[in-house]
Amino acid sequence: MSLLSNTSALLGKELRTEFRSRELLTTTVVFILMVIVLFSFTFDPTSAESRRFGPGLLWLAFLFAASLMLQACFLREQTNDTLSALRLSVDDPFAIFLAKLAANTFFLLLTEFLLLPIFSVLYNVPVLPVLGWLILVLFLGSLGVSIAGTALSAISAQARMRELLLPLLLLPLLTPVLVASTEVTKALLDPAPYVSWKGIGFLAVFDLVFLTALWLFGEYLLEE
Amino acid sequence: MAKQVIAAVVVVLLMAAAAYAALFVAPTERSMGLIQRIFYLHVPSAWTAFTAFFICFIANLQYVFRRQPRWDWLGVSSAEVGVAFTTVVLVTGPIWAHPVWGIWWTWDARLTSTFVLWLLYVSYLLLRTLIEEPDRRALLSALFGIFAFIDVPLVYGSIRWWRTQHPQPVILGAPGSGLHPAMRAVLLFCWIAMLGLMALLLRQRYQLEALRGELDVVRRESEAG
Amino acid sequence: MTRAASHSTGIRFENINKRYGGLYALRRLTLEITAGECVALAGRNGSGKTTLLRIAARLVRPSAGSLMFPSTQQSGATSRVQTGFVAHATMVYDELTAEENLTLFARLQGTADVQKRVDTLLQDVGLSDRRSSLVRTFSRGMRQRVAIARALLEEPSVLLLDEPATGLDPHGAAWLAGTLRRLRDAGCTILMSVHGESEISSLATRGIRLDAGRVVADTKAGASLQSILTFADA
Repeated sequence: MSLLSNTSALLGKELRTEFRSRELLTTTVVFILMVIVLFSFTFDPTSAESRRFGPGLLWLAFLFAASLMLQACFLREQTNDTLSALRLSVDDPFAIFLAKLAANTFFLLLTEFLLLPIFSVLYNVPVLPVLGWLILVLFLGSLGVSIAGTALSAISAQARMRELLLPLLLLPLLTPVLVASTEVTKALLDPAPYVSWKGIGFLAVFDLVFLTALWLFGEYLLEE
Repeated sequence: MAKQVIAAVVVVLLMAAAAYAALFVAPTERSMGLIQRIFYLHVPSAWTAFTAFFICFIANLQYVFRRQPRWDWLGVSSAEVGVAFTTVVLVTGPIWAHPVWGIWWTWDARLTSTFVLWLLYVSYLLLRTLIEEPDRRALLSALFGIFAFIDVPLVYGSIRWWRTQHPQPVILGAPGSGLHPAMRAVLLFCWIAMLGLMALLLRQRYQLEALRGELDVVRRESEAG
Repeated sequence: MTRAASHSTGIRFENINKRYGGLYALRRLTLEITAGECVALAGRNGSGKTTLLRIAARLVRPSAGSLMFPSTQQSGATSRVQTGFVAHATMVYDELTAEENLTLFARLQGTADVQKRVDTLLQDVGLSDRRSSLVRTFSRGMRQRVAIARALLEEPSVLLLDEPATGLDPHGAAWLAGTLRRLRDAGCTILMSVHGESEISSLATRGIRLDAGRVVADTKAGASLQSILTFADA
């Protein structure tokens, strides 16, 4: 009944549901793969060019994929009005958001880990030497995407044209994440790699700001 | 009614005075000449847009906590006015850049961030068209408006830090840095005139929205009864 | 199925207003339901039945007025009174099994012995042998049973049902009537919206008709249950 136990129970539900059907995961992975391949047709994938454009394109692909994947987040709860059941069962509605954003972050990271080696091979960019730091920036960036995406998914689920609406709302909002994550990733994939602490700190601040906003306003997002 | 006419006349006079000041009173800038005067339109528009979006933010917060329709009316009005002024900023940028550097768009940090700002609030307005029920529309757009506004400093920060590394034409330099006092005075005066225009537009739009709101109530009640 | 209520709970609506846009779904509605009553709520579509039920379930906040659950002496807004809610929608996950659904909601609500409670409920609603089947594979009647089991998880002293017989075949409707009868006899307060006369509406000890968000007829005020029910769809 505490926030933590509710969140973990709901997280279990989110994971179980997705792993049972795996439809969201597989379509997201395939989508990102397609974007990465298509992007490679738009410039000359020499090593130097790849290092310049690769990180940005990678993050752009993640952002596009996330804005499609996250539509289902609250739409799923409309099918049988399970959202009402959740609202009746939990003490703190923030648990619903926490569970969903944790699950979404996890799914995003999963797809990113699957695609990172493919990206590395296709674009001739070595990722192993800086893997630890890459994981950190992937985590912070994906967390930011999930937090904003989960919040906005609750909004778009209640509007018309929701398929187009979520990307429309989400992508401008995530500009800071795109810019900062690309920056940190580019620094890591540089021939002389370095850690951009400014970028990592910035991402952490973004995550914190939006998590706080979600905590403050979440219950209104779920209002009927 | 008379008060509104007087207010409109005052604003028109202020704008005329501001235009005169911008064109004739302000000293000519050394390197760029006449076209630089668009600065007096470009910069105050940006400041006015920010003012409008700040009003929108306050209105959004008020609506979420008070649920009175007038805050929703103020929210949409200020967002629309803000988008209008932001459009002016985005249009005057290229108009200024082209004669000076021969290119229409530079990815100058402020201009780029302003573009994102424009996209954010256009999304806000689009969201509103996609929700039918007035209470839902008011609440959900207010919540998005709040998220959008807290995103703004993050947008400007990230773009300023990481999108201005390569040398590129800086559109106007930091306003206020090394600005001739006469220029600064004219700039401020133009801003005040523009705020007057903003207030006028805001008022008109608000009243239109209030009327629409009432009409909607009447229509719904007649449909139900 | 439910414990004989250690304390029975009523529902008090005081001057409830609910506006959507400019439209009133409920207007200055005042209604007192005493503990143990089984109330049939009738009225045309759009008369406010669903809104009233969802306000009682605390899914919807009234624009004005207050909601109370007397005898436990707690204001509806602040504390967790044990209410159960059954709607048109099943409010359970199709992609989970019956058992997983009930376990999830039991854990969320902080039920003491989750496994035991879930086992008991599955048995009570007659779904023990289908506990490991996905709800997606269930018939409408069986889904209704899961929905009711979910609503009964916390042994509610107030049960709210929004047109619970919708889509049920005669067998399902008979089962539902039997279940509600047992709950009523055990002292549970029931508020349910109904359409016309049926096996379910005949369980009612009181009838109320709503129109345009107001109470326009009440068996407590002398009207007959039949008249309230049969004008329901006029």
